[in-house]
Amino acid sequence: MKMTVPTLPSSQLLTSSHALILVGGFGTRLRPLTLSWPKPLVEFCNKAMILHQIEALVQAGVKDIVLAVNYRPEVMVSVLKKTEEEFGINITFSVETEPLGTAGPLALARDILGKDDSPFFVLNSDVTCTYPFEAFRDFHLAHKCEGSIMVTKVAEPSAYGVVVTKPGTTVIDRFVEKPVEFVGNRINAGIYMFNPSILDRIELRPTSIEKEIFPAIAADQQLHSFDLAGFWMDVGQPKDFLTGEHLPLPVASHFATLSPPHRPTKNKWVYGGNVLVDPTAEIDPTAVLGPNVVIGPGAKIGPGARLQRCVVLSNAVIRDHSWIANSIIGWNSNVGRWTRVENITVLGDDVTIKDELYVNGASVLPHKSISTSITEPRIVM
Amino acid sequence: MSTAVTKGVILVGGPSKGTRMRPLSLDCAKPLLPIAGKPMVWHPLAALAKVPGLTEILIIGFYEDSVMSGFIKDAKREFPNIGISYLREYRPLGTAGGFTTVIRDSILRPPVPQNIFICNIDICSSWPLTEMMELHGKHRGVGTILGVNVKKETATNYGCIVSDPSSLVLHYVEKPESWISNMVNGGVYLFDKSLFDEIKIAMDDKAARAAEDPLLQLQSDEILQLEQDVIVPLAAAKKMYVYETNDFWRQIKTAASAVTASRLYLNRFKTIAPELLASSSAVIIPPSYIDPSAIIDPTAKIGPNVAIGPGVRIGEGVRVKDAIVMEGSTIERHACVLNSIVGNNCQVGPWARVDGEPEPEQDSKGKISVTVLATEVTLAPETLVRSCIVLPNKSLSKNSANQVLL
Repeated sequence: MKMTVPTLPSSQLLTSSHALILVGGFGTRLRPLTLSWPKPLVEFCNKAMILHQIEALVQAGVKDIVLAVNYRPEVMVSVLKKTEEEFGINITFSVETEPLGTAGPLALARDILGKDDSPFFVLNSDVTCTYPFEAFRDFHLAHKCEGSIMVTKVAEPSAYGVVVTKPGTTVIDRFVEKPVEFVGNRINAGIYMFNPSILDRIELRPTSIEKEIFPAIAADQQLHSFDLAGFWMDVGQPKDFLTGEHLPLPVASHFATLSPPHRPTKNKWVYGGNVLVDPTAEIDPTAVLGPNVVIGPGAKIGPGARLQRCVVLSNAVIRDHSWIANSIIGWNSNVGRWTRVENITVLGDDVTIKDELYVNGASVLPHKSISTSITEPRIVM
Repeated sequence: MSTAVTKGVILVGGPSKGTRMRPLSLDCAKPLLPIAGKPMVWHPLAALAKVPGLTEILIIGFYEDSVMSGFIKDAKREFPNIGISYLREYRPLGTAGGFTTVIRDSILRPPVPQNIFICNIDICSSWPLTEMMELHGKHRGVGTILGVNVKKETATNYGCIVSDPSSLVLHYVEKPESWISNMVNGGVYLFDKSLFDEIKIAMDDKAARAAEDPLLQLQSDEILQLEQDVIVPLAAAKKMYVYETNDFWRQIKTAASAVTASRLYLNRFKTIAPELLASSSAVIIPPSYIDPSAIIDPTAKIGPNVAIGPGVRIGEGVRVKDAIVMEGSTIERHACVLNSIVGNNCQVGPWARVDGEPEPEQDSKGKISVTVLATEVTLAPETLVRSCIVLPNKSLSKNSANQVLL
């Protein structure tokens, strides 16, 4: 991980070659999965969440990516080393010694983000969407102002911060946090593009970009909103992997167009569509999968198993006749025969569920063996 | 010395009893509910049939004759050397009331028995009848009672017995308010024929008391409780003895207890009647009873402690354990039935799960443990029913837990 200044062809100088991904902390909301694996590496549709973002950035021509983290696990360094080599890019870990909020990390990475005049992307690591970075960049370059915010439409804006534009334009007028009255249904999607001049607005101290920096730029009429087409979601919690009718697999079918081996399968065991199976997984032909199922590499699904709306992470084993719905089966876990697992159960790494048990809404920490039914939702330490 | 003539009486009650067996008893008379693949009444009957010198068994209850006639016919065929008949009371007469008039005459008809066993239907026991008879032959009391030991916390739910080292009953109290002993009345008695004299005395006493107490007059003087009106005075007169067993014993009062009783009897079959059990295999874990007319897919896994009735169909990859599956029901592929009773002609869909907790040792105040599906209940595919009581003819397509489904 070096901090070199790449020599860019002059034609690209006006486009963009930098991005910063706000990774943040330990991902406590994604426990028990993040007890074993750093949050950005937890697979979403069979690919580490951060790789979805990195690949999309690379496609848009980004060469320098800064990960704003407040810790730096070795496993993440080694995984991303491979990614650097694969795509010929530089990935820099910008480690905060104290939490700097959502704006402070930009100041900390000023050397990279501000090394030329081209605009840069900023992404929250928890959000996933179709990542239309090229269209977003073109939009940003066209309006020639300081910043652009991707916005997405939601059905119930009262739970979010709503972005209000000046009538008939894309210029952001103001932000309304958790509006009581309807002022609009476009909310901040957590993906931005800025000119380096924004760095002059940010000090190296804990700062909220949403609360402190955006209102100031908007007051100067330098902030535009870009409508994101298609799906968008925040995958901060395990249930976000599973909840909602359209999740997560229409997401997967989008990603499938990016990476052919991850295309949803059309096999005879599929029931109800939207099933993504890694080619190295073994599925018994009498198992019935779907809708909305993701099976990770090396996973094994036994005879007569029935899976729906669930994620089976790599090398997990689902044994015969078991029934799984709305749950995440962690890496290397083993789910016994004739078990029923449901209601946002999340099994951490290497969890064993004995035969014939009922597991209802359990969060099971890594390396546990469960030998009695869990009939009401609880955490198994 | 030739063995004295002995007769057996099984008290089966009637339709207004056995309400705690609902919903199963809504469609099937309690004495005929299958326990370990056999009607409940079969178990005391088969035990009595093995008693040396036993000539006749009378089943006494107030079910209509037609309810019991099929069973009586089968029992006569199975035990051809013993007279088996059903005597119908026309109204509830109390546990000893049945011994009046017609019934007394039936019991005492030649060959006149020296000894009479009286068995309640609602218990599950190893029926140590021969042992009771040995003890009975050694004392000069009127009766021998089966004594069983229960947990101290539950003892006051039963008739409590205090005895001396010679097995003489010193004190007998029916359901005392405070703890007296852990040994309780097991619901099986062996009486000398002089019992009928004692009953006469008890009835006269009751009539005399009724004459003094206008409230009692309202009741029929024929209602007589065996425990309060006969055993209590016999114990007070030092005429009762107790045979204490440490073998298994349970009441079969609730539907949930039928699963426990089934397990206990299936385990007993391992030693006394292994031919009744399905032979062990990769898919059948003993002890299990499978009716010969049931169809079990070779990929299913059955047992232990499973009783499967006639005409039942078990599909591929099905799991059944600690359960009773009654006549004509179908369990479809990959479904799972644990700690449950599936009534007659039920339909359990693919990947459905019918699940319960084992029956708790103590009554747990309205909390449902074992799941009971009554007659003709249908479960949609993938449905979960856990610790529920489901009344007849229901079709369920939503998951349910811990409730009664009317």
